[in-house]
Amino acid sequence: MIDLIDVHKSFGKTEVLKGISASVQKGEVVCIIGPSGSGKSTILRCINGLESYEAGDIRVDGAKVDRNAPSIVAIRTQVSMVFQRFNLFPHRTALENVIEGPVFVKKEPREAALRRGRELLAQVGLAEKADAYPPQLSGGQQQRVAIARALAMQPKAILFDEPTSALDPELVGDVLSVMRKLADDGMTMVVVTHEMGFAKDVADRVLFIDGGVIVEQGPAKSVLNQPQHPRTRDFLHRVLHPLE
Amino acid sequence: MEKFWRDAVEFLPILMHGVALTIIVTLGSLVLSTLLGLVWALMRVSGVAVLSGLSAGLINVIRGIPIIVLLFYLYFVMPDLGITLTALQAAILGLGIAYSAYQAENFRAGIEAIDKGQIEAAQAIGMGWWLTMRRVVLPQAVRIVLPPYGNIMIMMLKDSSQASTITVAELALQGKLIASSTFKNMSVFTLVALMYLTMSIPLILLVRHFEKRAGKR
Repeated sequence: MIDLIDVHKSFGKTEVLKGISASVQKGEVVCIIGPSGSGKSTILRCINGLESYEAGDIRVDGAKVDRNAPSIVAIRTQVSMVFQRFNLFPHRTALENVIEGPVFVKKEPREAALRRGRELLAQVGLAEKADAYPPQLSGGQQQRVAIARALAMQPKAILFDEPTSALDPELVGDVLSVMRKLADDGMTMVVVTHEMGFAKDVADRVLFIDGGVIVEQGPAKSVLNQPQHPRTRDFLHRVLHPLE
Repeated sequence: MEKFWRDAVEFLPILMHGVALTIIVTLGSLVLSTLLGLVWALMRVSGVAVLSGLSAGLINVIRGIPIIVLLFYLYFVMPDLGITLTALQAAILGLGIAYSAYQAENFRAGIEAIDKGQIEAAQAIGMGWWLTMRRVVLPQAVRIVLPPYGNIMIMMLKDSSQASTITVAELALQGKLIASSTFKNMSVFTLVALMYLTMSIPLILLVRHFEKRAGKR
């Protein structure tokens, strides 16, 4: 349902994506791994039009992603995004954050949105925090509210941009277990992550990106357990054994 | 001192007429400058080159012209172009336009202080530019903008006295008229100064309140 065909993207003179081709099927969980600066996040940001791309084609359910076309709104309501730094609206409560999109973008009746919003907060284990403001929540709680906010749009897919990288280690588990539940429920997910354990357990497929190209891809277990490419092997070794 | 009180009792009723006009001019130009300033600021951050260029140019022109010249222009020159304004209208319009430049720069600073991630989060749930502004950026920018906004209010109250130069009989002009007909300069201008101060005290308290609230976050 998400297709990238030979996507190129530059920031000024630096080419960060040098021809990315990949597709994500409905219900699939794809993890994107790779060193920082490799272009992982940029891929996600291109898919829902937060960044433009110069060449190639990105399609969501057949519709071309063009951040300057009015159709981008429809695409963004179908493909939600969860950010590394949560980006909750600090002036609104957890529940208000969750219903913001449904009420103001999708024009759903407020009552129905509130009811669903509470259900979603319960689903991420934060039913009792509905009226808390983001600064009163821990990082892990904020990220779970952000996931509920993404789910509230009833998206076909969710993009996760390093969702646990800004969290204290003891809070990572709560967020990952919410994500695992989503994956089990059949949500289509693209996850940029450094959590190799999560990738191994939950992902159907893993893409290893380095220097703006997909160096290696395949079923999660085979890429992570028996990497074929020396760069993948080197990267995984450094992530899994940082002190050696 | 006793003489001062006698003068105060005698002149206060007349000066109160001036106070009324001072308040009208200040409030009128406050509303106008806020609206115009918001328009300039939104144009400036719109991302549309023509709009932001136009706004930047306008702000610089407005900032570069003394208020008193702007007032003279509106009141004395516009009739030659077929637009006749009453002194009060010209005063409100002139001060409103003059201050819209400062309001705009203050609003822009507030808008630009909002974390980019907020805008991305709004876009990611499908919000367009205007909805992002209205629901996400402006409500957060207000907290940043309020303390300097309070200062602008105090400056406007004092600068409303410039309306006296185009015959608006606000507090400063009333004072001057009484002083020149009674020669009681000391009593009259002391009273005028005290009355400006009295009007600015609620504003000063308001600024302090805004600052406390902004500091809480």
